[in-house]
Amino acid sequence: MEIVLDIISWFCLVTGSFFCLTGGVGLLRFPDFYSRIHSASLTDTLGAGLILVGLMFQAGSAIVTAKLIMILVFSLLAGTTASHAMAKAALKSGLAPDDAGGKEKQSEDSISKP
Amino acid sequence: MYSLTAVTLLVVMSFALVRAFKGPTLYDRILAVNNFGTKTVLLLAIIDFIAGRPDFLDIAIVYALINFISIIGVLRFFEYARNQTAEEEN
Repeated sequence: MEIVLDIISWFCLVTGSFFCLTGGVGLLRFPDFYSRIHSASLTDTLGAGLILVGLMFQAGSAIVTAKLIMILVFSLLAGTTASHAMAKAALKSGLAPDDAGGKEKQSEDSISKP
Repeated sequence: MYSLTAVTLLVVMSFALVRAFKGPTLYDRILAVNNFGTKTVLLLAIIDFIAGRPDFLDIAIVYALINFISIIGVLRFFEYARNQTAEEEN
């Protein structure tokens, strides 16, 4: 029983680390702010969730599990809200998504004119 | 196994720091700092299990709260400051 819990916990930890790593690489290498926010926030949810669930399997007492659940619930709520607020603030401040090469320059010009 | 996760989180945090220094716009930097804070919470939870001290989970909870509040505060500040300068220019 013990070894089954260990294997499940290690699997969750390794998968969560992998998702965190892909999110970090995406944050570093993607070309645009909106694609970066996509990579960072999308992998944040699953990476943090899997790591915290993997730790929950190793938690000895109930209070540690309760604290881990509190961190998980709060990070799920706060991460999505912060990502939404960042995307909204960037869009309202006039940062255009570069979907097509010529279109981005045009919208940048039209924003910086007034 | 804990140390593998901790090292991975440290690598991701260094990526976020590089993006925070390099970021062309202000929002890239805010995004990188937010990602750094989220990974810090996870790292604190891992350190709790490595060191075997249950106090670190309380620090992780408080860090998650402060991180969220500070990001929202910074975003509100820049939104408000930008609107104010736009009004002054008009």
